[in-house]
Amino acid sequence: MDVRKKKKKVLLMGKSGSGKSSMRSIIFSNYVAKDVRRLGATIDVEHSHVKFMGNLTLNLWDCGGQDAFMETYLASQRANIFSDVAVLIYVFDIESREVERDLDTYNSIIEALHEFSPGAYVFCLIHKLDLIQNEHRLRIYEERSLLIRSRSEHFKIDTFGSSIWDQSLYKAWAGIVHKLIPNLYVIERFLQAFAKKIDAEEIILFERSTFLTVTSVSSDVGSMNPIYDRHERLSNIMKAFKHCAARNTHTTPASAGFLVMQTKTPQFNVFLGRFTDNTYIFVVVPPGEVAYNCAVLNTLLAREGFSKDAIVGHYEGFPLPTVDSSTGKGPNGSTHPLSQSDTSPDEE
Amino acid sequence: MEVTDQRPQRPTQGRRRLSSTDRSRGAKPRLLLMGLRRSGKSSISNVVFHKMPPSETLFLESTTRIQKDFIHSFMDFQVWDFPGQLEYLETPTIDLETIFGRHGALVWVIDAQDDYLDSVARLNRTILTVQQYYPNINIEVFIHKVDGLSEEYRHDTFQDIVQRITDELNDAGYENAPVYYYLTSIYDYSVFEAFSKVIQKLIPELSTLENLITILTNNCGFEKTYLFDVLSKIYIASDTRPVDMPCYEMCSDYIDVIVDISELYSWDHPDRKPKGEQLREAESHVVLHDQTMIHLMEMNK
Ligand SMILES: Nc1nc2c(ncn2[C@@H]2O[C@H](COP(=O)(O)OP(=O)(O)O)[C@@H](O)[C@H]2O)c(=O)[nH]1
Ligand SMILES: Nc1nc2c(ncn2[C@@H]2O[C@H](COP(=O)(O)OP(=O)(O)O)[C@@H](O)[C@H]2O)c(=O)[nH]1
Ligand SMILES: [Mg+2]
Ligand SMILES: [Mg+2]
Repeated sequence: MDVRKKKKKVLLMGKSGSGKSSMRSIIFSNYVAKDVRRLGATIDVEHSHVKFMGNLTLNLWDCGGQDAFMETYLASQRANIFSDVAVLIYVFDIESREVERDLDTYNSIIEALHEFSPGAYVFCLIHKLDLIQNEHRLRIYEERSLLIRSRSEHFKIDTFGSSIWDQSLYKAWAGIVHKLIPNLYVIERFLQAFAKKIDAEEIILFERSTFLTVTSVSSDVGSMNPIYDRHERLSNIMKAFKHCAARNTHTTPASAGFLVMQTKTPQFNVFLGRFTDNTYIFVVVPPGEVAYNCAVLNTLLAREGFSKDAIVGHYEGFPLPTVDSSTGKGPNGSTHPLSQSDTSPDEE
Repeated sequence: MEVTDQRPQRPTQGRRRLSSTDRSRGAKPRLLLMGLRRSGKSSISNVVFHKMPPSETLFLESTTRIQKDFIHSFMDFQVWDFPGQLEYLETPTIDLETIFGRHGALVWVIDAQDDYLDSVARLNRTILTVQQYYPNINIEVFIHKVDGLSEEYRHDTFQDIVQRITDELNDAGYENAPVYYYLTSIYDYSVFEAFSKVIQKLIPELSTLENLITILTNNCGFEKTYLFDVLSKIYIASDTRPVDMPCYEMCSDYIDVIVDISELYSWDHPDRKPKGEQLREAESHVVLHDQTMIHLMEMNK
């Protein structure tokens, strides 16, 4: 069986009312937080699919509340649902009054997952943190996180605190996307070298449709930027504008987007452009007209190099996994697919 | 498509520039925002001048004292609540001179979703008072909160309000009063558009600006050019082609994008050094999926 052809599943699960539909709408369907209040509550079990990162499908399932359905999931549908799972994202509502029961449900899901997809990643979102007073937030999140870990059996899980009302949602989902790309270290190494070459303060890769941060690198100076949540905020800013562009050009947010954006200010210069089919690259460099123009050209050349590589098969479908995600190795053991970027003109 | 912008980030410089062209302290347009309580005045000033998201205006507290909103922009701006303050206007102690200066506008906000007869009656009394001393003050009526009304009802309300005001002023012997009407809502761009129109009437250089912008637009093959105040996203002037709302919205939101990104990357640190020469004014462009290009140029700080 060819693992590459097989569609991998991302399961989004959690008790009904925990916030799954809201998150999905904001991250994947270009809703903004205030819009999701208008979404009808899903009373029935909800199954829905969203495509993302090119060939990943997100499946959304409501768990708990309806015991009959839970039994179906975990009995007759077990193999069907839990096979070929790349990622399980499980949502816990911080306001839930039945913590123990939620954990029991979660634990049965974990067991089923272990049986059919032992290599899956598990992410737990401790959601609606905005409902907890600021000063207690961290403590309550950590306590809950410990509890969840204790019921995760063999899985090494990642937890995130999240809320649809601030940037934490983007941070959590960016963390998930980051983990979905097994060969990311290769891309990161390339970006590090590239950032150095063009003297960039920061380079960020965004996933095209969601504008989530796939990865980023910063120079020594760039990493002193005091605005620590800037990547999530950028996701928010760019998505809001994409929304506006869609509305005013009479198209859907899914098909709206940017070909290029350039900004020069006395404090910094920025270039945003398409990098691969699924990503945008965002380059921040110091002011200086000539250096900036060179940086832009070099970015375009690097992009060409990258896609050429993709065509000859070194890097099929970047930035999607092309090998079994559990090995974490690049295709053919290749380490640096971008060595030809060395041939791109230097700025001097 | 072209957006040209004016960005008064450093108010002192902006002021100096304005006064040098006009040589008088009263050169800034003065705006007085009036209307009954809960008509939407605070919401309008917060949404337009303080970037408040419209939905958050639901939580605005009501205030009864005169609110002076010092906006570091090219105009002065005050908000007055009625009832209660009409008396001030009628007593000679209040210095209307300092409010209106040489040129200004009185913006009256009417809640179109509510019973507006009282508001219309008060507006008429105010017009008659103001008109005695300051016949040159523009009277601008915002028929507001129209987002809640159907297209047809909106039209009828507009007609009814215009008719009532015109009739009553005629009866009082004030004919052809210079009163202008706008349908507005904070939930779309109509309130920015209305403010733009109000401000433009107060700019003596408007026709010169418009001519220059039109020449630029024609020579460069732009579809449309706006001169924006960055802070409020009100446009001060544009070329003479018809205003195109989708284009205005995108330009206006694009200004937000640039301002927001600037907030993330404009931090100060001795190790942040430029790598060469560059214009002092910001410049930016974006090309959208359909090849539309929005270009932004900072004209002055
Ligand atoms: N306070 C708060 N409410 C949220 C958040 N996310 C979702 N909600 C609300 O929770 C309710 C249920 O959300 P929904 O997405 O339908 O949950 P689902 O059943 O898991 O799909 C809705 O009223 C949402 O507005 C959050 O981060 N904070
Ligand atoms: N639907 C709608 N409501 C508005 C609009 N503008 C203001 N409001 C609401 O009207 C109420 C009163 O507004 P406020 O600004 O406090 O009125 P003020 O007393 O004149 O300052 C608030 O709840 C606002 O949310 C609008 O354009 N449309
Ligand atoms: Mg749902
Ligand atoms: Mg008020």
